[in-house]
Amino acid sequence: MNTLVAQRKRNALGTIGRNWVLVFLALEFGYFAVLTRGFASLHIVQMILFYGTEVFLLATAELFVIITGGIDLSVGYVLGFATVISSKLMVVFASRGLSPLGAIVTSILITLCIGLIPGFVNGVLVAKLRVPPFIATFSMLGVCQGVSELLMQGIPAKNLPPLAGTIGNGHFLYIVPGSGISFMQRPDVARGVRVIEIIPNAVVFALIFIAIFAFILTKTRFGQHIYAIGGNIDAASRAGIDVKKHIIGVYMISSFFASLAGIIYVMKYITGKADAGAASLLDAIAAVVIGGASMFGGSGTVWRTILGCLVIATLETGLRMRGTPTFDKYILVGVILIFTVVIERFFPDFKR
Amino acid sequence: MGYIIETRGITKRFGGLTAVDNVSMGVNAGEVVAILGDNGAGKSTLIKMISGVHKPDEGTILLDGKPMKLESPMDALANGIETIYQDLALAENLNVSSNIFLGREKTKRSLGVLNVLDHEYMQKESRSVLDRLEIEIPSLKNTIRTLSGGQRQAVAISRSIYWQAKVLIMDEPTAALGIAEQKKVLDLVKSLKTQGIGIIIISHQMYDVFEVADRIIVMRRGQNVATRMVSETTADEIVGLIVGSETVKR
Amino acid sequence: MPRPLMPHDTSTPFVQTNTGKLLGRHWALFFLLGMMVIFAFTGPGFFEVVNFQNIIHLATISILLAVAETFVIITGGIDLSVGFVMGLSSTLAARIMVTLGSTGMGEPLLIVLGTLAGLLVAFIPGFISGTLVARFKVPPFIATLGMWGICNGITLHLCDGFLPIAGLPSVLPRLGNGYLFYIHKGQSFTLFKKPDYIPDERVRELIRLVPFSFILIGAVVLVFWFILHKSRFGQHTYAIGGNLDAAIRAGIDVDRHLVKIYMLSSFLAGLAGVFNVFQTGIGNYTTFSSMYELFAVAAVVIGGASLLGGKGRIVGSMVGVLVLAVLKNGLAISGVQPFVRYIAVGVLLTFAVIIDQLFPDLF
Repeated sequence: MNTLVAQRKRNALGTIGRNWVLVFLALEFGYFAVLTRGFASLHIVQMILFYGTEVFLLATAELFVIITGGIDLSVGYVLGFATVISSKLMVVFASRGLSPLGAIVTSILITLCIGLIPGFVNGVLVAKLRVPPFIATFSMLGVCQGVSELLMQGIPAKNLPPLAGTIGNGHFLYIVPGSGISFMQRPDVARGVRVIEIIPNAVVFALIFIAIFAFILTKTRFGQHIYAIGGNIDAASRAGIDVKKHIIGVYMISSFFASLAGIIYVMKYITGKADAGAASLLDAIAAVVIGGASMFGGSGTVWRTILGCLVIATLETGLRMRGTPTFDKYILVGVILIFTVVIERFFPDFKR
Repeated sequence: MGYIIETRGITKRFGGLTAVDNVSMGVNAGEVVAILGDNGAGKSTLIKMISGVHKPDEGTILLDGKPMKLESPMDALANGIETIYQDLALAENLNVSSNIFLGREKTKRSLGVLNVLDHEYMQKESRSVLDRLEIEIPSLKNTIRTLSGGQRQAVAISRSIYWQAKVLIMDEPTAALGIAEQKKVLDLVKSLKTQGIGIIIISHQMYDVFEVADRIIVMRRGQNVATRMVSETTADEIVGLIVGSETVKR
Repeated sequence: MPRPLMPHDTSTPFVQTNTGKLLGRHWALFFLLGMMVIFAFTGPGFFEVVNFQNIIHLATISILLAVAETFVIITGGIDLSVGFVMGLSSTLAARIMVTLGSTGMGEPLLIVLGTLAGLLVAFIPGFISGTLVARFKVPPFIATLGMWGICNGITLHLCDGFLPIAGLPSVLPRLGNGYLFYIHKGQSFTLFKKPDYIPDERVRELIRLVPFSFILIGAVVLVFWFILHKSRFGQHTYAIGGNLDAAIRAGIDVDRHLVKIYMLSSFLAGLAGVFNVFQTGIGNYTTFSSMYELFAVAAVVIGGASLLGGKGRIVGSMVGVLVLAVLKNGLAISGVQPFVRYIAVGVLLTFAVIIDQLFPDLF
């Protein structure tokens, strides 16, 4: 009887331990909700998601690489590179008489293809030429920065099709209380009529891709092999897994997600610049680690990484709304990051 | 009946050093052959040739009496030659069944288009192979990290067996284990024998060898210097052969 | 059976010939020299004493950080926090000097106090990182990344966002950018100070030799070269990076040693930060957000260290810093767009490691 109670207690503790990020997130949200009026609202929650979109994508990118035991320092500048390319292309295509939608879609597709290149090069350097990921991707960071700046020549792209901003800042669903709903298109209503906006398009777009790759990671052979490579690279290659191909694939996924983030950035802010994602690298890595992945590889899930992102995004929005300088964000992210790893050292069985 | 796996005069040189020199040996189905020898005697190189890691410079390897070329470890695996290295080659972060199926995961069609992992099938099959070998592992969903050394060894063995090994090569299977676990692994080897698998064991533990092996091959300086039936020899003789003090009779 | 140690092969591959070994071992040095020859032709005014002096003077911070990073990397770690530890020390020193200045304290005293504060505060992040790495087994990457964030935030607080801290004693930049020798051709020769009859605007007419920063660089490099290569502390540093278990079994107090290493690294970053105040005469946040830590790591790797630990030399790291510094200066003087430099550094760095892989066991 006593042992049963003890067991239950331990299980409960274990559950909290395993999901401490969730608990932490709830506490964090509660803290800001109590201190800031209007924080606990649909609007703010969507704002957190909206401003966090790029970090969601970059963290997913980083997660794949970190599971294999690598690191991708280039994601921030691959994002910047993608913003420069896609914004330039949109301007060019639109000025050549393509319809705005056509110009946008074509630019996005081309950017996504070009965006695979940095990842491919990173992957080849790491897998075939045995360059440590830290060095290979830092080099790629420099190359992407340089190429983006050269393309930009100091002038961010102007005259993007306004449609880009409309889509990027639009919502998936609009509800006009008492009169109807509409998808993707903001209803024409008189000034002052309340329109409830549900889920920003950028978030929908990002979540679709994140969900697809979460599926790949957990449900497919490819995903399983990535975990195996991170867990024991020798075992993986002796089991007949083509380790090099997988590593190249992982770095390509990473830069694909970074490019997606760049495209979303362009659609949100209607501009593109080389250092658009420079500040997000730390957030992305921190989110993955807060989400419980080990830097040594072999562990981490998309779901928890997203929780890690939310911890950071909530913090940022909360601090901003409280008017305290966002400088504190850096400090707190640093503290939470270290705290996460220390917690896991003390309670190793909390993990998975 | 011929050997299930056989080498005829295989030789491997590394630069000026002849690691394995004209070695002929064979293993019958359901037989355990132990290869003994001092460090540097060529044991590892010999089994690495059989498992496809090294290509022999001379000589042939025959499987079921038919000569074959092993270009890579994958070739060996495809031909039913499984090797369990000392480090076991398990991914510690994955669970038992994922490791048994590592690299050869079973997938199923989902939604008609996607190949997704069939965890249920893999769990079921893993359970059945573990049961067949009478290996006790509480939950197949536990990661390898949570298992003891003996249990890990058992998982590695189950993996080979599941994939229809005809020949199983074991490199120091008991080296890192406690006494009780060593016994379990040796029992496991015996039960594999009854299932008609040819087993090659490299070991330093004379006790293990006499416990499970049928035949002992002693290597010295790359050569096969003696073959003895376990029933007809003693540990002293074998030690003498290994260090070279015993003159080779026969 | 262990692999034969010396495979005999009739044809020796190039990398094993003496020339090959020499090239491989010192490729960064050869690269540096080659680059200098090229820039001598492409960049007017590149191949001049004054320019070389300038390159090194402007690289002071990078040199100090590279020395710091060399120690950490040899232990198999990495210190990502150096950039903002530097920022922290720099802005704290500046803030204290400004605050004390407003109380009417004498300049010499407030400079000394500010400098001391900047140097001492740097020990704290190092102590924390080191403790996390050594006692709590937090991966160095995470521990120092966390510290990066914390110091980043504090630095921002210290300078109220992106406002430079101004109003420091004007003697600071004169000290930080002063020279040992001032020569007015054919007219005068002074030590430490430009001759009084030359006004500030005409300072370029003087030949100025040996900046004060050289003394700092020389002292730091010499002291830490000695520590790394000649002392027991250095020996243990290599031992920890080469084989941690062996080091523990040999009785080295690895935990303590690691804490010291991270404190040492942090202290050097602090020194660089304080020096920055002397060099620029202000305390500024923006300076430190330009990935100093990553360039320091890059320099150390170009200098032949391995991120896996156990390998690396002070002199090598210095060559690494110079490769990056000369590349920057040479491209600028040759009129190449600054952005090309990012690409060049990236490509160069990757080559460094690939070349290093070709010559596996040189050090």
